[in-house]
Amino acid sequence: MSRRLFSFHGGVKPAYHKAPSILQPIQAAPLPAEFVIPLHQSIGGIPRPTVTVGERVRKGQMVGAPDGNVTSAVHASTSGLVKAMEMRRMPHTSGLSALCVILEPDGRDEWIDHAPVPWREMSPNAVRDILRDSGVVGLGGAVFPSYLKVNPGKRGHLDTLVINGAECEPFITCDDMQMRERPEGVVRGAGILRDLTQAARVLVGIEDNKPEAIAAMKAAIERTGEERLEVVAVPTRYPAGGAKQLIRVLTGIEVPHGKRSTDYGVQCFNTGTAHAIHDALELGRPMISRIVTVAGNVERPGNFEVRFGTPMRELVALCGPKPDTDRLIMGGPMMGFRMPGDEVPVVKATNCVLVGSPAMFPPPPPEMPCIRCGECVKACPADLTPFEMYWFSRAKLFGKAQEYHLFDCIECGCCAYVCPSRIPLVDYYRFAKSEIWAREQEKAAADQARDYYEFRLAREEREKQEKAAKLAAKAAETKAKLAGQATADGAAAAEDAHKALIASAMGKAKTQQDAVRPRNTDSLTPEQQAQVAEAEARRTANTEAKSDA
Amino acid sequence: MLSALLVMALGAIILGGALGFAAVKFRVEGDPLVEKIDSILPQTQCGQCGYPGCRPYAQAIANGDAEINCCPPGGEDGIRRLADLLGREFKPLSGEHGIEKPRSVAVIDENVCIGCTLCIQACPVDAIVGAAKQMHTVIAPQCTGCELCVEPCPVDCIAMKPIAETVDNWKWKYPVFEITPRKAA
Repeated sequence: MSRRLFSFHGGVKPAYHKAPSILQPIQAAPLPAEFVIPLHQSIGGIPRPTVTVGERVRKGQMVGAPDGNVTSAVHASTSGLVKAMEMRRMPHTSGLSALCVILEPDGRDEWIDHAPVPWREMSPNAVRDILRDSGVVGLGGAVFPSYLKVNPGKRGHLDTLVINGAECEPFITCDDMQMRERPEGVVRGAGILRDLTQAARVLVGIEDNKPEAIAAMKAAIERTGEERLEVVAVPTRYPAGGAKQLIRVLTGIEVPHGKRSTDYGVQCFNTGTAHAIHDALELGRPMISRIVTVAGNVERPGNFEVRFGTPMRELVALCGPKPDTDRLIMGGPMMGFRMPGDEVPVVKATNCVLVGSPAMFPPPPPEMPCIRCGECVKACPADLTPFEMYWFSRAKLFGKAQEYHLFDCIECGCCAYVCPSRIPLVDYYRFAKSEIWAREQEKAAADQARDYYEFRLAREEREKQEKAAKLAAKAAETKAKLAGQATADGAAAAEDAHKALIASAMGKAKTQQDAVRPRNTDSLTPEQQAQVAEAEARRTANTEAKSDA
Repeated sequence: MLSALLVMALGAIILGGALGFAAVKFRVEGDPLVEKIDSILPQTQCGQCGYPGCRPYAQAIANGDAEINCCPPGGEDGIRRLADLLGREFKPLSGEHGIEKPRSVAVIDENVCIGCTLCIQACPVDAIVGAAKQMHTVIAPQCTGCELCVEPCPVDCIAMKPIAETVDNWKWKYPVFEITPRKAA
């Protein structure tokens, strides 16, 4: 049966370099000397640490509890000792540090008690909580917490659930290998997602350069008997694995600017995420590892099942890096980020560790002026005008850049790939985006400060008025009392009453004064007197010394 | 001749009426220019400009009483945006009002704090919590870094700590390329 496929605009066909890393089966990476498990591995709030230094933990035990509305838990990758909680360098371009749990494996690799989750009998919210606490996040690269996406949407059901196995970026083969070797988990995970999102059909999109994966997935669907699941081969063109692009290819739906695909009854999950959801619900295992491709400048490229927190250095060492290696890139050559060092850990976002050398990635040729040739517009898969966004980002005219829908840019790098002037366009977009985010945050902070300040002013004004009103009420009360006396005793007696009032007030003051006495300096024993005198002498001496100084 | 005059007079009356109605019906509360200036100002409410808060300063700028370069927390960027808005010439930050500092938050040394509430009274945005003779503390996300609490503290237990760069607030740098390759040092 052939399905009608659609096409997305633009895209490029770079050299794929996928063949070397699919020669070996997936291997389990050995336990490293220590795990560096960052607490913040997903989009959203930073998890709260739930372990203390010196504590023994077991494999799969939660070390970071979800905190906030958008958040995801983090777990111990093996059993062992929490050696420290400290700031370590992150696998992030900035080279900055963040809080990590340093775990020393004990070698026993003991699991926590876990059992399959009876998710079919549970409410959707309870299942979502389990997914959140299992730390399942999108493994395609965006690491968005999956529990927020396992949602039938406003209409109560989805038309199409897209399982993304396109894997369009050069060098990366982790999804390919997972579909070849573990297709049942992916298919069952897709089935779970279909039931949780009430999807009418599930389309598994795989690029047609992975015939083995397509065959394995089809066979697995036969074997497992999952219904309403279909594997669709999509044409190989970068970036067919972008969520919006794949949805476009499979369903023909073009998700407009500022809308979500769920508004159109479509949701998209990565194949790795589907497998992780299967593990979390059918096996009760939290997410503690993923499949990572190691490729590039190494002797034996391959795919590994790597536990989170494994230092990249130890992973790369398994593949025999060539001597001229000078850099690690997390992700592929198009969208990856250069790592600040080789000691940074593998995290949930790490789909590939690309080992590079100066020969493989020669220094970029000098940037030439933009000649407005329009090649980038032809290549842009998001239907944007990259050169316009480039001009405005470069000139720091961020408002104009946003008018050209800068935030719809998926940073796929197609524009920079085709640019004859070799302008690193994506660098400009990233700069502009982070600048705009920072400004928006500043603006929000300023608005909040203004609100608080105005509230404070209003409160002070109100307090003043309340005080004045109280005083006025009291004055009126006294006046009324006086007036009452005056009417009783006649006008002549008014003055006497006033005098009497003053006299009584003075009397009251006197009794109060007497009550205050005796002071604490009165009626002291001679011993205490002496102490007081001594203290006085010391004080005068001190003040003199100070004034001298 | 007469009809022409009448037509013109009638037109004038109708348009005048419409304008008069619009002036009442669509009256703008407050000065929109002040709002615009106020939205550019950083809302630290620090008073370094010499006015009691950002809004009075915005009012003074709108009236033409104040220069646009008196706001150190807004910095050069703020002055540029004010200059753009008002069509005035850009001026560097005037030194007498202070210097541009990195954004910071106040931090109370809670071991030293004696609970005098003076800083609570000084804080323009209610970002300090505490009670008399109880320890005080700063709600960091609410603090604007105005430094108004530093001066009144009798035991000098408040320090201004610059906001550190983290993975979450890190910004991509403006792409810069060397025309000639840098020589190895």
